[in-house]
Parts: sequence; structure tokens; C-alpha cells
Amino acid sequence: MTKIFKYSIFDLLRSRWSYIYFGFFFVFTIGLLFLSGDVSKVIISLMNVILILCPLIATMFGVMYYYNSREFTELLLAQPIKRTSIFLGQYLGLACSLSVSLLLGVGVPFVIYGIFGSPEIWNFFILIFIGIALSFIFSAIAFFIALRNENRIKGFGLAIVTWLFFAIIYDGLFLLIMVLFKDYPLESFALGASLFNPIDLSRILILLKLDISALMGYTGAVFQKFLGTALGMGISFAILLFWIGLPTLGIQRVAMKKDF
Amino acid sequence: MIKIKNLHKAYKKNQVLKGIDLDFDKKGITAILGPNGSGKTTLIKCVLGMVLPNQGTITLFDENIKGKWNYRSQIDYLPQIAQFPPNLTVKQLLNMIKDIRQTEANDKRFIELFGLEPYLNKRLNSLSGGTKQKVNLTLALMYDNPLMILDEPTNGLDPVALINLKDYLRAEKAKGKTILMTTHIMSLVEELADEIVFLLEGNIYFRGSVKELLEAQQETSIERAIASILRSVKPKTQPIKFKKESRRMGELESVSI
Repeated sequence: MTKIFKYSIFDLLRSRWSYIYFGFFFVFTIGLLFLSGDVSKVIISLMNVILILCPLIATMFGVMYYYNSREFTELLLAQPIKRTSIFLGQYLGLACSLSVSLLLGVGVPFVIYGIFGSPEIWNFFILIFIGIALSFIFSAIAFFIALRNENRIKGFGLAIVTWLFFAIIYDGLFLLIMVLFKDYPLESFALGASLFNPIDLSRILILLKLDISALMGYTGAVFQKFLGTALGMGISFAILLFWIGLPTLGIQRVAMKKDF
Repeated sequence: MIKIKNLHKAYKKNQVLKGIDLDFDKKGITAILGPNGSGKTTLIKCVLGMVLPNQGTITLFDENIKGKWNYRSQIDYLPQIAQFPPNLTVKQLLNMIKDIRQTEANDKRFIELFGLEPYLNKRLNSLSGGTKQKVNLTLALMYDNPLMILDEPTNGLDPVALINLKDYLRAEKAKGKTILMTTHIMSLVEELADEIVFLLEGNIYFRGSVKELLEAQQETSIERAIASILRSVKPKTQPIKFKKESRRMGELESVSI
């Protein structure tokens, strides 16, 4: 698996899309940092971009990478390698190359700006951690969808709908339920429902770290009470890991049964 | 060497292989022929473990291949379509496969044979179709294994490379290797094949030498013999659906073997 991983990441790091992705984050972060000068605000702005863009790019790249390397995968399948190693190696290669682009694109400007001397350093780490976690989660989901669908258009469509669901539709439904049942105490429900969506969970993790939960009223206080504790943080991270593990397991299962 | 017993494979409702029984023990070149969609590639992919059969067993070198992957190190396989990671160079790709297989490879010989030196440091997405096929052949042939499986080896090759490939296959045959290949080029079969396996609608329709095929069909060339087999087999009655019907006709018209 390490060999496949090595070559996938090598191939991807030479692709011009990785540079475009890196370049976008680099220019955007430098622009924000030097224009606003307030690290905390920059982190919030970046959070909004990362929460939407990282899952979207990971989804698109995941599906595209799988379909583009389809024939090459066949060549690998004829080599003396275990099936699951091929797919896990390719998936990890993709997720890591996306993470490297993000880490360098956002990290280098912050280092230049002098984040290591700033009190915001932990928020910065959480931001990067969440961007990387989302890249891993959504490229695994995309790989899983692409593996299950031979038809490229269908695979692409399903992957985009999945992203749309987690990034937008889920929040819409969430809001609708909150409005419909506003007479009832919904704090625990809101907390539970947020945990099931990796994008929401990431957003709340960052917002709470930035201490602006006061803006979210009583619900914010409940979230703060849960997520502010070590246990709550632990559970949230565990759930993010679970979100990486679930589609990865799916990839393994489908890969074992599929005809090529 | 290869023992296939009662092999069945269906892709959803499309039954491709319907109980194939085959034994390849002899050395030499066997051509697997059949019209498009007769199950040639599926059969090959079952042997390589890329397609998982619904029923039946495949034994290779006296070992059932189900769930195994190590046995592939003893097979040289040439896939039909060559598509590689676009950003790697030819050299990096060769090194990668060598790195994966960890056995001694004779890639220099094929780089020379197919004139690949000028392309070694070029990225794979900048190569033409024929050059990609040469890289594909180099990858498949650079190991000295007792079993070779070639799916359409002559696709897109120029005459010089084609002659070189034929000479190479003849030499390997003389060395006592077992070579299975599918092809659309009848002259290649006539020149090289010791034996023909003719697949039709998921069954083995004929197996024997080129001479036996010609005698059985009372024809003078393989092309004509195959055509007469296909004419003698009545197309299965199918519900009148335009799309399916036209595909059936297409299959019979372009008897690509």
C-alpha cells in the first residue's frame, strides 16, 4: 500500500490542479492577513471558505481522480498486489496531496505573518486540522461513490448531491425543524443533529474555539457546555474520525467485490 | 498450468460465460478468438482475478486462485487499453512497476526493441497511442514468466514494432512458454498460433489447431472458417427491441476476431 500511496501522491503533487488549489489558498490567505490584520477575523473568514471549499474540491477531485485512473488501476490490479491496498493507497495519496496544498497554502502565509508568537495559534491549528479532516472525509465519500458507479455522469452527480446535502440542504432541513418546533426545547436535538454532519460539526468546533458562542444564545451555551469540555471535544474528534473511517470501510468492501 | 472448471460469469442479467471448461497445459501460443462480446476479455480477467466468477474454479500452478493475489507475479499480462498516470514519465512508470514487483526486469531490451529511448523522460500524457502501446508492451513483457496473457497485443503498433513483437513471441514460444492471446488480426493467428480456442456466446465452440479448424469448416483461410462458423450458428431469437437487435446485427457483421 505504501508504494501505491507514494506514487499516487507523487503523481498528484505534479498535477497543475494541486498548484492551482495551493495558489488559491496562498493568495487568499495572504490577502486577508495583510488587508485586515486581525488574525481572529481572518480565521473566521478562512473558516467559511474552508468549510465549503475543502469538501467541494475533495469531492470533485476524488471522483475525477478515480475515473481518470480507472485504466491504470486495471494495470495495477493485474500486478501482485492486494486489491484493497491499491484503493486505499490511491485514496490516501489523494487526501494527502489535497491536505498538503491546504496546509502550505494557508500555513505559509500565517507563518510569514508570525502566527507562532500569536495567542491565536490554537485556533489556527484547529482550522488546519478541520480542513484536513474534511478533505479526508469527502475524498473518501467521493471515492466510495465513484467505486460503486461505473457511469461517470451518475457518479459525478451523486457525489455533488452528497456535497450539496451536507453543505447546504442539511442546514436547510435543520433550520426548518428548528422553526417548526420552536416551542419545544431543541438544544439537545440541535447538538445531536450537528454531530451527524461533518461540516456542521467542524463549523461549531471552530466557532466555539473562537469564543463567539455567546452570539448563538442559549443553544450556543448548551454547545459550549458540551463541546467546551474535554469529553465533548474528544467525542467531536472521534466523530470526525468516524466520518473518515466509515467511507474508508465502504471503499474496502466495494473493492473486494467489484469486477474490473 | 491453468485449469478452468465450469466457469460462469454474469454482469447483472447479461450471462457472459456459461460454464467454461478449459485446460492449458501445453507450451506454445493459444489464440482466444470470438466475436465482440463473446467473453474473451472476461475469461482472461477471471484468470487474473480482476473479474470474480459467479461459479466455478480456476486453478493456476496447482493452486486455486480465489482470494489470492501472489500468483500474479508469475503472469505477464498485457491489458487491452493502455492508460497511465498522466504526470509520470515513462521511466518513472517503469521504475514504479519494477518497485512493486520486486523481481528482476529486462526493460532495457524492450526499450531498445520498440525504440523507446527518446521517450523515457517524457510525460505519459504527451505520448501518442502507438507509443503508449509500446510502453504497455514493455511493462507486460519485461518479466521472464512462464505464462503470458496478451489482450490485443498489436493494437496501434507500426509495422517495425509489429515485426519485432512477432519475432519476440516466436522466440519465447521456442523457449517453451505458454502464451494466451486475443487478437483481431487473422494473419497473426495464422503465423503464430499453435492452437485456437473459439468462444461463442459464453461457451467454447471450437478448440484445436489451425489445421483442424480449416478441415472442420472445409475452408482455405481462418477468416473464412470463422465466418462460416458464425453463419452456421443461428442468432438467438430476441424480443423485438430496436437497440438490442441492431447490436446483434452489428456483432455479426463485424466479425472481429
